[in-house]
Amino acid sequence: MSERMTVLKTYKLFIDGKFPRSESGRSMEVRTNAGDVHLCRASRKDLRDAVEAARRAQPGWARATAYLRGQILYRVAEMVEGKRRELAEAIAATGGKSAKAAKGRKTLSPEQEVTLAIDRLVHFAGWADKYAQVLGCNNPVAGPYYNFTVPEPMGVVAALAPDDRPLLGLVSVLAPAVVSGNAVVAVASSTHPIPAAIFAEACATGDVPGGVVNILTGDRSELLPFVASHRDIDGVIAINLSAAEGATLRKGVAENLKRVSIHEGVDLADKNTCEHPWWIEPLVEMKTMWHPASV
Amino acid sequence: MGWWCEGGAARRALESKMRTDSPRVDSVMAGERAASFTKRSIKSSAKASGLRLALSMVDLTTLEGKDSPEKARSLCGKAMVPDPEDRTLPKVAAVCVYPNLVRECVTALRGSGVKVASVATGFPSGQYPLEVRLEDVRRAVEAGADEIDMVINRGAFLAGRYDEVAEEIRQTKVACGRAHLKVILETGELETLDNVRRASDLAIRAMSEVGVRHEHGADFIKTSTGKVQPAATMPVTLVMLEAIRDWYERTGERVGMKPAGGIRTAKQALHYLVMVKETLGDEWLTPDLFRFGASALCNDILRQLRWMRTGVYASGYDQSES
Repeated sequence: MSERMTVLKTYKLFIDGKFPRSESGRSMEVRTNAGDVHLCRASRKDLRDAVEAARRAQPGWARATAYLRGQILYRVAEMVEGKRRELAEAIAATGGKSAKAAKGRKTLSPEQEVTLAIDRLVHFAGWADKYAQVLGCNNPVAGPYYNFTVPEPMGVVAALAPDDRPLLGLVSVLAPAVVSGNAVVAVASSTHPIPAAIFAEACATGDVPGGVVNILTGDRSELLPFVASHRDIDGVIAINLSAAEGATLRKGVAENLKRVSIHEGVDLADKNTCEHPWWIEPLVEMKTMWHPASV
Repeated sequence: MGWWCEGGAARRALESKMRTDSPRVDSVMAGERAASFTKRSIKSSAKASGLRLALSMVDLTTLEGKDSPEKARSLCGKAMVPDPEDRTLPKVAAVCVYPNLVRECVTALRGSGVKVASVATGFPSGQYPLEVRLEDVRRAVEAGADEIDMVINRGAFLAGRYDEVAEEIRQTKVACGRAHLKVILETGELETLDNVRRASDLAIRAMSEVGVRHEHGADFIKTSTGKVQPAATMPVTLVMLEAIRDWYERTGERVGMKPAGGIRTAKQALHYLVMVKETLGDEWLTPDLFRFGASALCNDILRQLRWMRTGVYASGYDQSES
């Protein structure tokens, strides 16, 4: 008997609940300690397709009950738990642990990063039926009216993951957007994209409706101008962008005044700063309603 | 032996002649040939002019029970100025509405050059007595419709009563008077491509017997009502284009073609234009001889043109519904 060859996984994009290759046919090479791996390099047209899918899926997702959205996010966490070893290996293979342990930040082992990512998903799953109470309010008015302010999803949100901490970073921008009823087009870490491609499988098997989460791997700086200017993207959330990237983003978003939330200098391992409803707040629109106190 | 027996024999003779007259269609090859038109690479300036041409060929359509005069007026506005941010774009060819809204559209479009097309003959089923269907046509024409989209009697066609179908088309054509006629075959209900070809030949011949137009656009054959799935597909359209080509080669008469329903994207529209060019030639690449029956297509063409002009992807709220 000849020796069996290992069946290797082809990492692809995640758009509309499916795993297509890039329409451009391009790929990019990622160095791992087990050899070079090829991933899809998303083009602006893949971004366009992902935004279209997100736009189609978003109204249904926003209509889903808070309970269901929380359940589904929790389900994704369950799926990530099942992929714990694969994810930790992928993080380790692309040198994820090299994530700069700058200025007193904790170093994280790949296993710890996966654990934190799972916990973060569960944490935001819990916020599904609570953030509206915390962010919204019942306003005092001088008249026979009730006056309520309630948060509503922005719509389609682009989530830009940082280059280091490839899984935890992605989950940190994705979870607050998804739990609040937005559909998300996420751009994975440009340097360590493999964990994001694996995370997409967890979303696909985690009952996330097709199009609610879309994940693109590729060159972030190439996609960024189109993310910024795309008029059908309503909001952007990002972590630790470079100054040049931040400038490109802010210039482009002026096109349709989309809301931008860039979290600078974030220590992703810090639960106190990263697991907080203030991460949800920039991704919702506040709606204020007057209602007669009695009819 | 009654009178009907002789009539029946004559009819059977005619119908068997029609059956043998129309060539058979190889459905596999029709599918392959149609698919080959989607493989062309059309970029930059060719794409831009193709899209502008496609826009000028659109019959901007609304055929819903909830249509109101207000919606018809807003559609007419869009027909005349498809994109307020780019006034260089051509107007669409026509708006296509139910007979009740014809007057509204005629008023709104007066002097613009955009035609008013009305579906008639008991659209979409056509399951009404002939006299009712013809009256439907007369009233739409009287209200000012420039073009009438009729449906054929599919029940009679599938039962093999071809002469009855042809006679109804002739009478409808007469009832149209000065208005142009488009004959909807409703190919989604005709089952086979052989039937599509046969119905095309039958419709073209019936229109021709009353008199084919040459000036200011032709009479058309049209795939579908848009109410039946599948609506327009490329193989079906190809078969109909071939029927038009064969008739032109035989008689020199030009008949127009209108695929309708299911053409939603600018890219699809370009595929159809390639098919028309390579089946009938440049002569047919005009709104006088080729139309798209569509509602969503117009917005997708505008979206593409806007992208080519500005480099910015549009959002859903950038365009009015159509």
